[in-house]
Amino acid sequence: MPTVTMNVNGRQRSADIDPRTLLVQFLRENLRLTGTHVGCDTSQCGACVVHIDGEAVKACTTLALSCEGSNVLTIEGLANGNELHPMQEAFREHHGLQCGFCTPGMIMTAVDLVRRKGNNLDEKTIREELEGNLCRCTGYHNIVKAIAAGARNMSSMPQSKAAE
Amino acid sequence: MGATGIGAAIPRKEDHRFITGKGRYVDDINRPGQAYAYFLRSPHAHAKINRIDTSAAQNAPGVVEVYTGDDIAADKVGGLICGWLIHSKDGSPMNAGPHPALAQGKVRYVGDHVAVVIADTLAQARDAAEKIEVDYEVLPAVIDLANAQSGAQIHDVAPNNVVYDWHLGDKAATDKAFASAKHVTKLQLVNNRLVPNPMEPRAAVGEYEEGTDSLVLYTTSQNPHVARLVLSAFIGLAPEHKFRVIAPDVGGGFGSKIFIYAEETICVWAARKIRRPVKWNCDRTEAFLCDAHGRDHVTHAELATDAEGKITGLRVSTKANLGAYLSTFASSVPTYLYVPLLSGQYNIPAIYGEVMALYTNTAPVDAYRGAGRPEATFVIERIVEMAARELNMDPAEFRRKNFVTQFPHQTPVIMCYDTGDYDASLKKAQEIHDIAGFASRKAKSESQGKLRGLGYSAYIEACGIAPSAAVGSLGAGVGLWESAEVRVNPIGTVEILTGSHSHGQGHETTFAQLVSDRLGIPIDNVSIVHGDTDKVQMGMGTYGSRSGAVGMSAIFKALDKIEVKAKKVAAHVLEASEGDIEFKDGKFAVKGTDKNADWGTIALQAYIAHKFNGQELEPGLKESAFWDPTNFTFPAGVHICELEVDPATGSTTIEKWTAVDDFGNLINPMIVEGQVHGGIAQGVGQALLEGAIYNEDGQLITASFMDYCMPRAHDVPSYQVGMTTTPCPSNPLGIKGCGEAGAIASPPAVINALTNALGHENLQMPATPERVWKAAQGARLRMAAE
Ligand code: FES
Ligand code: FES
Repeated sequence: MPTVTMNVNGRQRSADIDPRTLLVQFLRENLRLTGTHVGCDTSQCGACVVHIDGEAVKACTTLALSCEGSNVLTIEGLANGNELHPMQEAFREHHGLQCGFCTPGMIMTAVDLVRRKGNNLDEKTIREELEGNLCRCTGYHNIVKAIAAGARNMSSMPQSKAAE
Repeated sequence: MGATGIGAAIPRKEDHRFITGKGRYVDDINRPGQAYAYFLRSPHAHAKINRIDTSAAQNAPGVVEVYTGDDIAADKVGGLICGWLIHSKDGSPMNAGPHPALAQGKVRYVGDHVAVVIADTLAQARDAAEKIEVDYEVLPAVIDLANAQSGAQIHDVAPNNVVYDWHLGDKAATDKAFASAKHVTKLQLVNNRLVPNPMEPRAAVGEYEEGTDSLVLYTTSQNPHVARLVLSAFIGLAPEHKFRVIAPDVGGGFGSKIFIYAEETICVWAARKIRRPVKWNCDRTEAFLCDAHGRDHVTHAELATDAEGKITGLRVSTKANLGAYLSTFASSVPTYLYVPLLSGQYNIPAIYGEVMALYTNTAPVDAYRGAGRPEATFVIERIVEMAARELNMDPAEFRRKNFVTQFPHQTPVIMCYDTGDYDASLKKAQEIHDIAGFASRKAKSESQGKLRGLGYSAYIEACGIAPSAAVGSLGAGVGLWESAEVRVNPIGTVEILTGSHSHGQGHETTFAQLVSDRLGIPIDNVSIVHGDTDKVQMGMGTYGSRSGAVGMSAIFKALDKIEVKAKKVAAHVLEASEGDIEFKDGKFAVKGTDKNADWGTIALQAYIAHKFNGQELEPGLKESAFWDPTNFTFPAGVHICELEVDPATGSTTIEKWTAVDDFGNLINPMIVEGQVHGGIAQGVGQALLEGAIYNEDGQLITASFMDYCMPRAHDVPSYQVGMTTTPCPSNPLGIKGCGEAGAIASPPAVINALTNALGHENLQMPATPERVWKAAQGARLRMAAE
């Protein structure tokens, strides 16, 4: 079995894996980072979104081996120690989650959205950019509010952290 | 305690773990030495199984065991049950066919469980399943509800595929109302079949503890105690005292996780056989195929009105598709959860409803968010809207004219509405929505070649699904009370054990708010324990919007007992008589003096037991209660949908949504509004996007998120949510329940708005762009001509 090595949430991690192992399986089963979820088998729901080298990617359609040498950030690595990331804080503040299952993917997608589109996001942009993420609980109303607020609050973050 | 108590819109206590990726769902649980289960499912909708050869699979790498229906029969594993007995018009009990966890001689829908492979890894189990040879003899499939009675017989016990032919109401009185009606409105409608699709697929880990000869099941359940009861008493896997069921964080349910399915049954049964934990995780396609679906009615309805525009009668005839097997509560959904709600918010003197429930070769159909009540609301709110249009009356005024205004109100179909103010919700909704501005908004749309429509839905629902004796008399196999236990620790922190289960509803917050309010202690000093049958003695779980009205009432009752006991302790500590002790804001005080003790002191004294005689007063501070309500609760409200149709493309855009609901008293308005938002999105999904479609061979052609259109963020608007309040008289907190209202109210609001925009009534759900485009062509020609 081939060995894969990548940096996950700031730590070098490596394991011998079956070549067909998906990144989401590697994270959940080898590293026991279970915050990244699997909600579908057709790359449609976004519950599995993580960042690879700073960009949002669906971990359910990424082979772990293809991440050799990459920097992977999952929901578990988003907070700065005990200090929540502004996007996490905004989801809590604005009740952007109910069952919490879609939430890690939503937050990781939202942080990437801010990287791409800036801190001032209008409702239409947010709704369109959530094309790849499903939530069955919230009706999206409060997710949209949370992302707008989180995006604004991210403008006061140090540049390097915001880029993650 | 105003800041965190009853009525405070505080952020949720449970959120921290979810936003940091530390939630603990079933698929996050791994037990040492676990093996993985993979189910071989039927590719045919209806077939006899002549032979299954598992030998090649048995010998495949990593395979521990392969089991088929013969193995569970040999072990006398009981079949899955339907826990609500319905009787047909002629008094005969419903025809319930056997529902084995693994098929025995026959498969009845695509996805039916044929065999299970258990292997060291999931990949090995999956690979080995391909090596199982099954000799099927394919039979004709029964798919279409309209022809189900003349199709091939699916169960030996059910001639013509009839589960039951049931009715409710006074037929003669209703026929009489129609005979003397001034006007009769007729409506033919389909309530489209839906797939619940909570974002977390179902999962299970079964475990056998050899030392104690007991079973543990981790499962994605809305009601772990009911799961244990069924798996124990009916399926017979182990007695309850040797059986622990744990439902940890659960990622949404919407009804689909109430039921006891084949997969968890097999996991925990097989764990004992192979002496290893067995894990199963559903993939999304399996969820589409095998989770119980919702709705699926074909209905003909008629509404009689008199010369003054008063409703005088309602007659409804429905065919309900229950799929290939009766799921856990399937039989109750199109009967007692449906016809008793047909009176809506209206004073209707005569109602008659009949329901023919049928088997088909499709996935079982059972409760999905709202369960029966959305179906009823769709009938009554569509036909009332149509009647108003036919009578050239304003739809809001027509409703107003027929609203129930005196309470209590006994409908002709079981329900006794306890309280409400329907006109208040309608007025408020109209104000918030700016109804007056609709005409100019419509004109503006038309100037841009678009059609604009407005639709109302004035819904009522019945929540709590209790009292127990009442539902028992209607055929329920269980009581629908709820239980609670309050454990006060010596330092005054409190644990609440509840039989309710939270899978997104925020109980850890709202239940703590109640306790904090009542005992005057910080919300962080309260923890809510649920979802584990070894911790919580018994409970009925969460569905039917019952956890506030029933579950919290049980907590309230247990807190009453805590207060009584704590006052006794306080009387000893403060050297006063019990009758002189007052408890307020977390302090026990002696009436008319400045002597007092705080909550923590009394909790500690209850356990130290130095200040009183332990023979006369028991040490400790722990009480429990069961709450059985005296009536259903009746949330009601008005939703208004305003939308725009592009007649050139058939696309529909919801421009404005107003919801005004009367849920009685609210514990946390933020959470309540969130429930409304989510419900509306599901209802909009039903109205515009979602529909489970089987082809004539019984293949589910909408078996993934690519083919089944779930509402996404850009499909729905932001919602304007308002409240009116008439406290519920049948529970101590005045709560009515809010979990299902949005999904119940919204589909007719959308279709009423669409038919208003299009200028005719012929439009079925889901109103896809194709259907809307076709329906819009008449309007388009009219616009062009003008
Ligand atoms: S798990 Fe659904 S998109 Fe990745
Ligand atoms: S919060 Fe449950 S799926 Fe989004």
